[in-house]
Amino acid sequence: MAGSSKKIVAKTRRVLGLFGDFDQAFEVIAGIRRYQVPGLTVDDVTLKSPIEHPEIEDVLGERPTDIPKFAFWGGLFGLVFGFLFLAGAQANFLVQPQGGKPVITIPSNVVLAYEMMILFGVLSTLAGFIIGGRLMRKSSGLYDTAITVDQIGIVIEVTDKQYQPLTELFKKHNVIEMHEEALS
Amino acid sequence: MSDRKHLTREQTKDIDENIAWASINTDVLRSMENPRRGYWVAMAVSVCLFSVMIYAEVYQYMYGMGAALLNTSHMWDLYISTFVFWIGMSHSGTLLSAILHLVHADWRKPIYRFAEAMTTFSLMTAGIFPVIHLGRVWNFYWVMPYMTDRGIWPNFRSPLIWDAFAITTYLTSSVLFLYIGMIPDLAICRDNAKGWRKPLYTWLSLGWRGDDRQWRNFRFTYLMIACFLIPLAVSVHSIVSMDFAMSIMPGWHVTTFPPYFVAGALYSGCAAIITLFILLRYFFKFEHYMTFPILDKVCKLTFVIAMVWTYLNLVEFASVWYGHDIPSKEVLIAKATGPYSPFFWGMMTFGSVLPFSLLSKWVRRNMYVLFFASIFLNVGMWLERWMIVTPTLSLGYHPQAFNVMWPGWTEWAMVGGSFGWFGMLFLIFVKVFPCVSMYEVKEMVFHRKRTIYEDVDEMMTLHSGVPGPKAQAQTQTSGGA
Repeated sequence: MAGSSKKIVAKTRRVLGLFGDFDQAFEVIAGIRRYQVPGLTVDDVTLKSPIEHPEIEDVLGERPTDIPKFAFWGGLFGLVFGFLFLAGAQANFLVQPQGGKPVITIPSNVVLAYEMMILFGVLSTLAGFIIGGRLMRKSSGLYDTAITVDQIGIVIEVTDKQYQPLTELFKKHNVIEMHEEALS
Repeated sequence: MSDRKHLTREQTKDIDENIAWASINTDVLRSMENPRRGYWVAMAVSVCLFSVMIYAEVYQYMYGMGAALLNTSHMWDLYISTFVFWIGMSHSGTLLSAILHLVHADWRKPIYRFAEAMTTFSLMTAGIFPVIHLGRVWNFYWVMPYMTDRGIWPNFRSPLIWDAFAITTYLTSSVLFLYIGMIPDLAICRDNAKGWRKPLYTWLSLGWRGDDRQWRNFRFTYLMIACFLIPLAVSVHSIVSMDFAMSIMPGWHVTTFPPYFVAGALYSGCAAIITLFILLRYFFKFEHYMTFPILDKVCKLTFVIAMVWTYLNLVEFASVWYGHDIPSKEVLIAKATGPYSPFFWGMMTFGSVLPFSLLSKWVRRNMYVLFFASIFLNVGMWLERWMIVTPTLSLGYHPQAFNVMWPGWTEWAMVGGSFGWFGMLFLIFVKVFPCVSMYEVKEMVFHRKRTIYEDVDEMMTLHSGVPGPKAQAQTQTSGGA
C-alpha cells in the first residue's frame, strides 16, 4: 500500500522557467506559497539568478548555512594546532641557543599561531563553501546561459499532476521560456 | 545623448543605473578578447625588464652579493626596500575589497577586482626579494618549518620567520579571496567561451549555476574571508615593520613603526589603484564602469590616508627629536642634511605635499595630470622605504661601518625587473580573467535603480505629490513612443 502511494507522488520531471525580472519570479513563488500548485511548497523551489538578491530569503524562507561554523572551527583548529606545532618543534630542538629566553616563547608563538588561525580559517571556509554550495558536483543538465546574463530561473521538480498547474502559473507571470527534463 | 553625458567630467552618479545587464557582460568579455598593439607593447616592455632582472640574478649568482655592492653594513638596501614597497602595494586589494565591502560602500564594485589582482601579484613580486637578497637562493626553503632528518627547526623568535608565515598566509588568502569573488564571473565566461578558454573556465567555475543555495553560501564565504583578511593585512605589514622595529638599530627601533607601515601600505596601494584605474579606463574603454565620481572617491581616500601617513611621520620625527637617543637623532639629521637628503626631501614632497593636489577637482578630473600625480605619489612611497633602510645602515652604532652606499646596476636591474614581473602578471590577468566584476556591477545597478525608481518615487509621491523618477521615465517613454 505504502509502495503504491509512493509511486503516485513520485516526481517525474524537472521544470525550469525563465523570467525577465525578480518581481515576476517572486510572484510565482508567492503563488506556490498560496498553494496554487497542489502539493508543491516553497521548499521545492530553487531560484537561479545572475546576482545575489537581498530579499531572496524573505521569499524563499530562511535557509541556514554552515559557513560560519566552518570558519570558526577552522580558525580554532589553526590557533591550537599552530601553537602546539611550534611548541612541539621548539621542545624538540633544545640544541638551538636560547639566549636566556624560554624554550617555548609565548609572544612570538602567539604571532605565528595568529597567522595559522587565519590560514586554516580561510581554508576551512573555502571547504565549507564547496560543500555547502554543492560545487564540484555533477549537476542537473537543466540550465540556461541567460541566467548568467539577465534572467531569473525557477527550477521545480513536479509530478505529472502538478505539471499543468505549474505551467499555467508560469505563463500567468510572463515566463519567457520553459525547459524541462525527465527524472530517471 | 544621455549616454555621452554619462562619460563627461560633469557626471555626478557613480554609475548609470540604466545600463542593461547584458551590455555589462558584453563590455567586460570584450575587454578579454583580441589584445591590441598597445597591449603587446606593454607586454614587450614588461618582458624586457624582467629579462634584465633574470640576467642580473644570474650575474649575482655567479659572482656573489658583492656584484650588488652589498657589503659591510649594507646587507639589505634596495632589495628589502623594494620588498617593503611591494608588500605595501598589496594592501590596496584588501582595503577596497574587504574593508569597503564590510562597510557596504558599493562604489567599490566596479574597481575592486583589479585591486585584488594587484594584491596577489604584488605579493608574488615582493616574495622574490627576500629570496634574492639571501644570495644562496637555493636555500630559501630553510625559513619554512619542515621536518628534517637532522631535527633542525627555524628560529621562531625571529621576525624574518614571522615574515615567511605572514606572507605565505596572506598570499594564500588573497589568491582564494580573488578566486572566490570571481567564481560567478567565471561562470559567465564559461557560458560565452570557445576554444581553450571553455575547459579552463568550466573547471575554474566549479559548476556554478547561480542557485539560491550557492549565492547564500557565497555571500557568507566572501564575508568570512573578508573578516579574516582585514586583521591579516594589518598583521602582515606590522610584521614587516618588526623586521626593523625589533632590532636596536637607530632609526628603526620605533614604537610607531607598525601603524606607520600599515598607513604607508594603504597609501601606496591607493595611489597604484588610481594609476591602474586610469590605464584600464583608457585602454579597455571602461568609461561606463570606472567613472569620474568613483575616481573622486578613491582620490579623497588617498588624500586622507596620505595625511595619516604624514602625521605618523611627524610623530616619529618628534619622538626622535625630543628623545635622548643620540644615534637615532643623528640618523634623522643625516637623512635631512646628509648625502641622502635629496631623496628624503623628495619623499616628503611627493608623500606629504603632492597629495594636496588631490583636493583640486581639476586635478581629480584631469586624467593625464592625475596619472602622473599617482605615479609620483608611489615614487614618494618607494623613496620612503629606501629612506627607512639605507640611512640607518649607513650610520649604525659602529663607526667603522659608517659609509655611504649607492646601489649598483644589479640592484637597479632587480628593482626595474620587479615592475616587469608585476606588469607581465597583470597583463596576463586582464586578458584571461574579467578585471571588472560583472555580477557586482549588476547588483550595484539593480540596487541603485530600485532606490531611485521605487523608494524615491514612493516618497516623492507620498510627500509632495510630484511625480517621481519612475513616473517621469514612463511619461517620457510614452511621449517618445
